[in-house]
Amino acid sequence: MLVINNLKASIEGKNILKGVNLEIKPGEIHAIMGPNGSGKSTLASVLAGRDLVKVTEGSVTYFGKNLLEMSAEDRAKEGIFLGFQYPIEIPGVSMVNFMKAAVNEQRKHKGLEPLSASDFLKMMREKKELVEIDSKLANRSVNEGFSGGEKKKNEIFQMAMLEPKLAILDETDSGLDIDALRVVANGVNKIKRPDNSFIVITHYQRLLDYIVPDVVHVLYDGRIVKTAGKELALELEEKGYDWIKKEVENNILA
Amino acid sequence: MSGNSEIKDRYLKLYKDNIERISGNSSPYINFFREAAFEKFKTLGVPSKKDEAYKYTNLDTFFEHDYKSYFMPAPSDFKKAEEFRCDVPDLDTHGIILLNGFYPTIYDKLRQLPSGVWIGSLNEAAIKFPDKIEKHYGKYAQSETDGLIHLNTSLASDGVFVYVPEGVTLTKPVQVVNLVQSEEDMFNQHRNLVIVEKNAEISLIVCDHTLSPQKFLTNAVTEVFVGENSHFDIIRVQNEHNNACKITHTFIHQEKESVTSSNNITLHGGLIRNSTYHYLGGEKAESYSYGLFLTDKWQHVDNYVNVDHAFPNCTSNQLFKGVLDDMSTGAFAGRILVRKDAQGTNAYQKNNNILLTDDARMFTKPQLEIYADDVKCSHGATIGQLDDDALFYLRSRGINKRDARLMLMFGFAHELIKNIKIEPLRDRMDNLVMQRLKGELSRCASCLVKCDNLQNK
Repeated sequence: MLVINNLKASIEGKNILKGVNLEIKPGEIHAIMGPNGSGKSTLASVLAGRDLVKVTEGSVTYFGKNLLEMSAEDRAKEGIFLGFQYPIEIPGVSMVNFMKAAVNEQRKHKGLEPLSASDFLKMMREKKELVEIDSKLANRSVNEGFSGGEKKKNEIFQMAMLEPKLAILDETDSGLDIDALRVVANGVNKIKRPDNSFIVITHYQRLLDYIVPDVVHVLYDGRIVKTAGKELALELEEKGYDWIKKEVENNILA
Repeated sequence: MSGNSEIKDRYLKLYKDNIERISGNSSPYINFFREAAFEKFKTLGVPSKKDEAYKYTNLDTFFEHDYKSYFMPAPSDFKKAEEFRCDVPDLDTHGIILLNGFYPTIYDKLRQLPSGVWIGSLNEAAIKFPDKIEKHYGKYAQSETDGLIHLNTSLASDGVFVYVPEGVTLTKPVQVVNLVQSEEDMFNQHRNLVIVEKNAEISLIVCDHTLSPQKFLTNAVTEVFVGENSHFDIIRVQNEHNNACKITHTFIHQEKESVTSSNNITLHGGLIRNSTYHYLGGEKAESYSYGLFLTDKWQHVDNYVNVDHAFPNCTSNQLFKGVLDDMSTGAFAGRILVRKDAQGTNAYQKNNNILLTDDARMFTKPQLEIYADDVKCSHGATIGQLDDDALFYLRSRGINKRDARLMLMFGFAHELIKNIKIEPLRDRMDNLVMQRLKGELSRCASCLVKCDNLQNK
């Protein structure tokens, strides 16, 4: 589904990604962990199509297409979803209008008619129940005045509405209490199907108790320096990142 | 002495040429103010950029122009105006039409609505209700600096009169449609007076339109008295062509515990200047002053607000927003005066603007004068572009760039539209703003008035 090959990227002239290689197959959940500043959010931004990040080398292929040539909106229409670390407040734009526009753009892309108002509202209702979000949130402006937890749940709700093929969740667990974390994780598990995949970016192991990854990667200094099964997350939780840093340094010296 | 002397001479001549004709058609009480007002105008002149309150607005091109007529209505004009109808769906109002500043009806110049509310021609009201006129006319439109207010007092002879007796709530809004139409370039002035006695409630919708492409200059003054514990809302929708200049001065005088709101929505216009004066003249009065404008090409919109906290424990809130495209310009000045005895004042002001191009310009200026010590007061102004983070957020959900920009601009504007309490009007405004932002709104398409008559000519 997604093949990242020697990806290098910079923000405002500063090299952040220094050669990332990653392959994701349908149905897989990949966790990307790593210390602050290692490039996790930059990787998410590159995949979602943020102009701010400049790709300097390498390639990203998504279902055989060159992802880097696609606009952010086209990537979304092709099934890529980014759950934001800091969801944006947009006063004056209602959740209903926002989601209706997004869902119908996607349908148009697939050659489908726009949903009728009643079908759309029905869909909203079902998805709200699925991800257990407060029905009142949908009547408000996008993220405006939402608490941190509400904003993150709202990301999961949008994901449920858009049914992506590849969802990238950028530290969706940060700042959540245990109940909100459970809601977010349950949402992911309900949306999970054999043909869609997730990249879960997180600092902490605790989210991975609920969303069980197939593969865990450690991103450090712009490269994936370690890849293993879910037990790696536990090891990181226990020992921190220092031993990884040491390993990397030793490798370079060797 | 200020102002351009050539311009002043032009209006001295206008006064001399027309004063007899105008006085002959007006009630004695309204005439009573003319001479003194004209003396004031002679001293003050037409505001220039040297006047602090008009620093960013150049009125010269409109005031220098040689207007062929100073309008007095003929019976045929009345008939024409009566054919116009507002076509906002589901908007149920008591309608009043003003043609070039005159109440264009020969019969029924004053109408009585349920519960004793009167609406109609000011000139007629001055004859029928001299006591009411004498109590309020000319009492609130005071200025030591703005000559245009005095120019209006010296020459205006008609406009809208609204009277709401004590204890009456008028559920349907009153809608004033200001039509400007002429075969020649025209200068016109009208004068409105709204009296809301105590414990009463009314909403007023004012729609400003130009119906022919001539060059127009309008200088209008509205005085509003809002009695104790009363509610008054005024919503002004401006939609005029690029060759029209509209100057409005609205004075809202509030008694204690009254609540008022003013919302100026400028969809289109050549040069627009709205001055809104809120006088909080009794304890626990509240005033809300809103404004939204959307400009492009060479348009210029200037909103000036003056809130006078004269009594303790009053609240005022100003929110003005602008979206400026092409090389259009805008200005906002918000003055908050908190007098010495106005303890416990809450006064807020916010002005946010979006510039869509590098050539558009916005000037914003808060002016706070606080003489009391127990006061909560805040002000903030922003001038910027659309938020890149928000734009990316929308695009990351599959919404294309153009639509995402529209959505953000609409959201920005909707924050003001949402303050309109009359639902059909709010929906219509949302709609018009969206069309305006999409660039689909021509002057005629957007007109709230059915212009079939005009187009068929």
